[in-house]
Amino acid sequence: MIRIEGRDKVTGRATYAAEYPVKRLAYCYPVQAEIAHGRVAGIDTTTALAMPGVLTVLSCMEPPELSPEADPELALFQRREVAYRGQFVAAVVADSYDNARAAAGAVRVAYEPASHDVRLRADHPGLYKPEKVNPDLPTDTEKGQVAAGLAAAEVTVEATYTTPATHNNPMEPHATVALWSGAGDLTLFDASQGVTYARNIVAQALGLRPERVRVVSRHVGGGFGSKGTPRPNAVLAALAARAAGRPVKVALTRHQMYDVTGYRTPTIQRIRLGADAEGRITALEHEVAEQSSTLVEFAEQTASPTRIMYATPSLRTAHRLVRLDVATPSWMRAPGECPGMFALESAMDELAVAAGLDPVELRVRNDPDAEPASGLPFSSRNLVACLREGARRFGWQDRDPAPGARRDGRRLVGTGVASSTYPARRLPSQASASIENGGYVVRIAAADIGTGARTALTRIAATALDVDPDLVRIELGDSDLPHASLAGGSMGTASWGTAVTLACQDLLRDGKHGFADTTEILRTLPNLARHAFGAQFAEVRVDADTGEVRISRMLGVFAAGHIVDATLARSQFIGGMIMGIGMALMEQTVTDLEFGGFTNRDLAQYHVPVNADIERIDAVWLDEEDDELNPMGAKGIGEIGIVGTAAAVANAVYHATGRRIRDLPITPAKLLL
Amino acid sequence: MEITLEVNGVPHTVVVDPRISLLDLLRERLELTGSKKGCDHGQCGACTVLIDGRRALSCLALAVAQEGSEITTVEGLAGDGQLHPLQAAFLEHDALQCGYCTPGQLCSAVGMLAERGPSAVTEELTGEPELTAAEIRERMSGNLCRCGAYPNIVTAIAAVAR
Repeated sequence: MIRIEGRDKVTGRATYAAEYPVKRLAYCYPVQAEIAHGRVAGIDTTTALAMPGVLTVLSCMEPPELSPEADPELALFQRREVAYRGQFVAAVVADSYDNARAAAGAVRVAYEPASHDVRLRADHPGLYKPEKVNPDLPTDTEKGQVAAGLAAAEVTVEATYTTPATHNNPMEPHATVALWSGAGDLTLFDASQGVTYARNIVAQALGLRPERVRVVSRHVGGGFGSKGTPRPNAVLAALAARAAGRPVKVALTRHQMYDVTGYRTPTIQRIRLGADAEGRITALEHEVAEQSSTLVEFAEQTASPTRIMYATPSLRTAHRLVRLDVATPSWMRAPGECPGMFALESAMDELAVAAGLDPVELRVRNDPDAEPASGLPFSSRNLVACLREGARRFGWQDRDPAPGARRDGRRLVGTGVASSTYPARRLPSQASASIENGGYVVRIAAADIGTGARTALTRIAATALDVDPDLVRIELGDSDLPHASLAGGSMGTASWGTAVTLACQDLLRDGKHGFADTTEILRTLPNLARHAFGAQFAEVRVDADTGEVRISRMLGVFAAGHIVDATLARSQFIGGMIMGIGMALMEQTVTDLEFGGFTNRDLAQYHVPVNADIERIDAVWLDEEDDELNPMGAKGIGEIGIVGTAAAVANAVYHATGRRIRDLPITPAKLLL
Repeated sequence: MEITLEVNGVPHTVVVDPRISLLDLLRERLELTGSKKGCDHGQCGACTVLIDGRRALSCLALAVAQEGSEITTVEGLAGDGQLHPLQAAFLEHDALQCGYCTPGQLCSAVGMLAERGPSAVTEELTGEPELTAAEIRERMSGNLCRCGAYPNIVTAIAAVAR
């Protein structure tokens, strides 16, 4: 199906958060902390206030009124302590963007710096065991005796894998336009992956009842997790509009996004893996060290995929976290699965080499009957079928396993494989459906961040109503609509689609109006392991002289339940794989050890894949039926594409060059040194 | 400072702050928000417009330097309710997801198709190069797409170039 809002997007009519035409709009530009840790000693706003067009200055010297319940990242200007370089300490409101920015540069901030600690290391004395890891998973799991399993193993792999901090970098910078009504109601046009959630969080921060806040987010220029929670720009816009007595826009710069909109924590992961002479795993251990800020505990679930991937009598996973003087990490596409599977699937490749087994065969041999850590049965699991189908399509059967053995001119050629997985979850949502003007209108506070949610939900509603999709209109992206979960965790289509289907069925019963709330239904589901799986294949060409890695072919084969829309799904899978190529080869945000913060805060220095980086790439899927998911029989597809990509590339680089790179990204320097 | 320029065929005379970029003039003053701000530093291509028929980054163009310029933005590509062939091809080939880079991709592609001469990946430097997929990828690499719609963007452009 052609994207419903596609015409608006190609003609420039689609309106993103910063683009709503609002009268008497003022602009707010933040001032960021220049130290990594310490205290603001004083702020001199005299010059700034005297500059043209300046309306007011907000700062931590005169804390604006906020609720003590506010999330620490959103509790703007409440304390003079600086938790990380780049934290907002003040902001200027002016009549134009240029005036606000110029005056922000004239705000003089004096600091009392304290020593800072911004470096994650595996032996950091501050590492501790958090209560749980994102989203609500056990921190550690243990089954059997890893030491015994390793002792009984014929071959073992013990290696440490590291991934750097990476940033979501959606193309649309985070932005908010805030308007207060005379009665004290707040409307935010915000770049948000979930307006119901955003409304509740912003209302909490401001000490308002949720009904007093409306969040509108009709088009979102990508999020990849970074717009899953309201960011400081949302609360800043509200505070600035309240102080200035007129509507205010806060449009973050690309640089500011690196500091206040979340990022993927760097990880240090140790894997110990043992197998018998036939390649059957006897022990698997995955230990992770990662970071969060001193403000907020965010513990990424990096070892969680290891709990579900392979059969083993002994299995241990553990997460340890250290709180540093750094910005707060958060969700970035497939938090947990993405960095964790780079380590696990690299280690599996190393095990295949050590055992002299084909890496596809090794994975097939260790496919479990039930979820390894929990023992729960799978609702469906077709990893083996994905591996087999991918091997067939990719031409894997003729592969010579010897590393560094194929050359095409200056380039060393190699192929690699890795598995992918992502949970199939749902969150409670509401939806309404009604007949209006001879058509059907479905309302839900869902978000379309580029996933094609409007289009997918239209199809789902049309199926439930048994009518032509042209007769269905979806309204989303407004917190005044029936409450919905956010676009995240690959849960959107499954969560919203359930509510939409039930609302449409209710409409068919009622004849005029239908409504559904899935909260109760989701409480009584059978306890099963529900996950999507995939197999990813990559062919790389490594320049023997420069170390440049080109990915000449990439294939993903996925088993993700019923695919709601083939066009949208292919775009999502491929998009995830391309972001995975960025993770594999170029993406890293470098922490400034001396001054704190990040050194490369723009797109000239933080490299994402460009068009010329992508050659032959394809994604296909298996027909998978699973009655234990949702009315659509669908598993989420927004994240699984990125999960196995980096390991597939790293494994192909090993095959091409004989060099095992365990530290992402795989830059030319690492291959040449 | 007062300048007169033409945007999508419509003349505008505006008094502008000498610091304001063409992009901010379009977005904040002329209510033409189709051109997007992704980085404001000429690093992402989302703000690409056509200035006198050539693709240009409007975030790096000062408004005051546009006296007498003819600007075309994404809003000006379609004529008489008919989509530009590239707009139609982007829809048909699903060459967009979130849509935020799309206006820049479209303006860039329009400008690119009118360009002549070799690129960094052209092997034969004499004569006009054939617009292969590799040439399109190279010539469109100034326009980032974080959703990863690149393969479909190339397909869409190739369909129009043919």
